Amino acid sequence: MSDFLYLYRGGDSAGTPEQMQQSMHKWSTWLQDLGAKGHIKDQGNPLERTGKVVKKKTTITDGPYAEAKDLIGGYTLVQAKDISEAATLAAGCPIFDNGGFVEVRPVMQMSM
Amino acid sequence: VAEPGDHLFRREAGRMVAALTRLFGVHNLALAEDVVQDAFVRALEIWKLRGVPENPSAWLMATAKNRALDILRRERTARTFAPELGRLLESEWTLAPTVAEAFGEPAIRDDQLRMMFSCCHPHLPEIAQVALMLHILCGFGVNEVAAAFLTGHAAMEKRISRGKKVLAQSKRLFDFTMSDDSAVAERLSAVHRALYLLFNEGYHGAHAELAVRAELCVEAMRLAELLLAHPVTDTPSTRALIALMCLNAARLPARVDASGHLSPLLEQNRDLWDRELIAKGTHLLDRSATGSTITEFHIEAAIASVHANARSLEETDWRMIVDLYDSLLSLRPSPVVALNRAIAVAECHGAERGLAEIAAITDIERLANYPFYFAALGELEQRLGRTARAREHFRAAGTRARNPMERQFFERRAQEAFDSARIG
Repeated sequence: MSDFLYLYRGGDSAGTPEQMQQSMHKWSTWLQDLGAKGHIKDQGNPLERTGKVVKKKTTITDGPYAEAKDLIGGYTLVQAKDISEAATLAAGCPIFDNGGFVEVRPVMQMSM
Repeated sequence: VAEPGDHLFRREAGRMVAALTRLFGVHNLALAEDVVQDAFVRALEIWKLRGVPENPSAWLMATAKNRALDILRRERTARTFAPELGRLLESEWTLAPTVAEAFGEPAIRDDQLRMMFSCCHPHLPEIAQVALMLHILCGFGVNEVAAAFLTGHAAMEKRISRGKKVLAQSKRLFDFTMSDDSAVAERLSAVHRALYLLFNEGYHGAHAELAVRAELCVEAMRLAELLLAHPVTDTPSTRALIALMCLNAARLPARVDASGHLSPLLEQNRDLWDRELIAKGTHLLDRSATGSTITEFHIEAAIASVHANARSLEETDWRMIVDLYDSLLSLRPSPVVALNRAIAVAECHGAERGLAEIAAITDIERLANYPFYFAALGELEQRLGRTARAREHFRAAGTRARNPMERQFFERRAQEAFDSARIG
């Protein structure tokens, strides 16, 4: 098993209260399902949409690096056999309903 | 991870908007709605990864409250907020306690009532009042209100935004504790009518999907319960209205049979009726019998109670029902009421008498597109063995059906009339 980081990018959460509750329900079903199959290493965290960008000591600017539509809204650390399994598992993510996407990145290993 | 209860977001939306509007003033309704939307977006983003907190309502309320404090501090020079709170929002000493109070349970209950009264503004047609209540107090999105009433999105959008404009122009929410008695009574009866309309839309409306219809009934009952909880609005007619809702809603589980077909009252499996709702409705009906005014809600509740408390069709006290329809007709003359009365007469005195009563209905031409008028004619003709006529009436009902489920029911009846003719 190897580790992979899911980066949740973009996606607009706004909707009617009922739609948002349903969207949340989908997320929890999806993550619970991954967890039950032993794929979740760290459920992860949501990230604020604002922040600072630091380039060299003297260049500190407001705001995240990416454009709004590609902004990272959160992450989850998962375990999978290989990158293709990790990608397949990500295909069930409800973020696609709201126009977002998941970036799947293998975590590099120390072993040689 | 706990899942929040059904429609929690929707319910909380109504409560949050009510509290925020108290602070911001009704002219800032749009701002209040933005704060609610932000709180939900935040909740969704955090909860979807971290799970739902133990008390999601409290979390949402706290988020909205903090955001409100922030806005009240930051924009107090740029905007005017609720005029009745005036200075209380200006000083730091009074700001926090005022905001805390607005988000307390008693204040939220009152604010929902004030909002309900305000939605029933006399400048708005009843249907707009109902749409506004569903949107603001029940958290239905414009598209969801449009879907519930089977109207287009654009038309509903227009209706709701016009309603909001009227609300905003009224400067402050209707205050039923400060207004004089006759103003409160007048507006309360508008609220009653709107809730009655909402309930009926769910109960008899054109929507084919039962889930949607049941939801509208539930929302109407939930809002009506708020009236019951406040001494000023807990009037005999409020009790009668809720009694009528309970006693009719009790039959909802039996309105569709096991194969998904519409089941008329006379054929329903009474074991499926909700005993708890019947008990509650009966109790409220008893408690509504005080004071000097008798409303149509009283009578309709009494009719529903005769049905609900009859263990079988044969035990139904049809004479009592005919009497009650007589009283209802004198309060609210309408061909639909007269038709229902004629059906009860048929149960007492036979189909022939029933048909005569139908023929004698004033304004009968107003029933020309009412499917149940033709269905009633069909039933009575069928009982008299005139199957060809019965079939024709059921077919006429079928072409006027308001949804596929009704159409299917009338077509089945027409087929049965045809079959019985062949056997006979």
